Amino acid sequence: MKLIFEYAPSKANDYIPASGAEGKISVPDFGKEIKLELPELAEVVVARHYAALSRMAFGVDDGAYPLGSCTMKYNPKINEYAASLEGFTDIHPAERAKDLGGAMELMYGLGEALKEITGMDGVTLSPAAGAHGEYTALRIIDAYHRSRGEQRKKILVPDSAHGTNPASAAIAGFEVVNVPSDSDHGVDIEALKRLADSDTAALMLTNPTTLGLFEKNISVIANIVHGAGGLMYYDGANLNAVMGVVRPGDMGFDAVHLNLHKTFSAPHGGGGPGAGPVGVKAFLKDFLPYPVVGRRGEEYVFERPEKSIGKVNAFYGNFSVLIRAYAYILSLGKEGIPLSAKTAVLNANYLKALISAEYPSAPGLCMHEFVASMENLKRETGVTASDIAKAMIDKGIHPPTIYFPLTVHEAMMFEPTETETKETLDYIAGSLKEIYAVALKDPEAFKKFPLTTPVGRPDEVAAAKDMRLTADM
Amino acid sequence: MAKFYSKTHEWALIDGNVAAIGISEYAAKELGDVVYVELPETGQTVAAGGELTEVESVKAASPIYSPVAGKIIEVNAALEDAPETLSSDPENTFICKIEMSAAPEGLMTEAEYLASLK
Repeated sequence: MKLIFEYAPSKANDYIPASGAEGKISVPDFGKEIKLELPELAEVVVARHYAALSRMAFGVDDGAYPLGSCTMKYNPKINEYAASLEGFTDIHPAERAKDLGGAMELMYGLGEALKEITGMDGVTLSPAAGAHGEYTALRIIDAYHRSRGEQRKKILVPDSAHGTNPASAAIAGFEVVNVPSDSDHGVDIEALKRLADSDTAALMLTNPTTLGLFEKNISVIANIVHGAGGLMYYDGANLNAVMGVVRPGDMGFDAVHLNLHKTFSAPHGGGGPGAGPVGVKAFLKDFLPYPVVGRRGEEYVFERPEKSIGKVNAFYGNFSVLIRAYAYILSLGKEGIPLSAKTAVLNANYLKALISAEYPSAPGLCMHEFVASMENLKRETGVTASDIAKAMIDKGIHPPTIYFPLTVHEAMMFEPTETETKETLDYIAGSLKEIYAVALKDPEAFKKFPLTTPVGRPDEVAAAKDMRLTADM
Repeated sequence: MAKFYSKTHEWALIDGNVAAIGISEYAAKELGDVVYVELPETGQTVAAGGELTEVESVKAASPIYSPVAGKIIEVNAALEDAPETLSSDPENTFICKIEMSAAPEGLMTEAEYLASLK
């Protein structure tokens, strides 16, 4: 398929009268120095180009998308309706707060809902994504320790953590200390006891873990970290499994970030936009970035917390994502939110049980996702997790996350989410069983999969080594 | 010279008090095609079992642990332009050389290592 720059210039159709606008535009000299070689194409060519591109892509509206850890749930269209209301689309962030009552009320209401869901006392909606939320929370944690005359340098991160955890800690100026897993893939308690000390600023943890298992020792872990004077940080990436059922605040966490674009059904993938609000316990509220939305009587106002770490984003975060998340929370309500979490867990366990003979995962129940290991299949046939993933594309199913977490060999991480129907889960399982049967019979066939996509097997080494992110114009 | 292996799939080729460090054939197979090797810094000290550096493959970025304790005295700069040699010839491609500060402990001979993979 051509890039839009590669089409021959096409003229607008003659039967459309020229615009009646007249007059000359004066362009200052500095604006004339660059010759812009923009594509000059008829509207119909442009429309068809983008329609063709959209057919080459795959989204959650096209088919099942069990991409573990990413929570690619279906995004209800009512969220889009809410986000397209003129009262939200036709306002400017520089307008005065008192003229933006509706938007202010929405941000305040969303903050209150997120506090209730997480068991926290204060919230900032500013961070633009999950990793940005992690960074913001770590800065808050650092400011808290410094306010007590301490400078703690270490952040503890389990070896099964999302890659963003050590990355955020490093960017925030901390030293990252790896905490090994025990044989149940939970935090190794004895190792944690050895590692938590007076230099520990915080432990970053996701619960359920990246293996989709609930961290049973969470109270013990919180006690060890708190005992050393460190704080507990909750990576909200996996909140979808427990949303409205248990609260990070009740598990002993002091700060949390949420991925509104995952858990609260704003569209994501392809680079954004996201939203990563941070919630904190009362003793950290003074350090939140500004502005936070407060309420004085009937009026909503922007406030600057006393010891604020400053601003972490222009204006108020990705507002359009906040609207979608609030619409989602209000449409599910107090009963729907825990029910959605329970359905996510039920769906994951249903799929896990259907495919466990061919795609073995940890025994017992999982939470919202599970990790299968294709190590045996690879040893017997040479067919890898990556090969299976490519074959799934031909079945119209987005592949699961593969080769993560690193603690499982030939990992395939399935997260079907609550929004898939039983029929879809049956289809995924049936397709996976068919693929497995082909792997046993004809492993060579996998070298050619996928067969139905515009590009079959990209050269992964070249793609990683020789990245070309621009087009020659 | 004698070659020893760690549980985390690195090898150390020991010559006097200097150990050349690389990754095993098994590790290279598991990683898939290596596309980037972050070379450690000369002069840096490292503990046995401590993180030495990181390699990036088409699958993931993975830490490489040091099988021995000591000071890094040489790095294999050729890996900067040709990281793929770590995939194609892992048992003969060193990442760096370490001047050991202590006798290596808990390493396996090749036979022991190969047996541990079974």
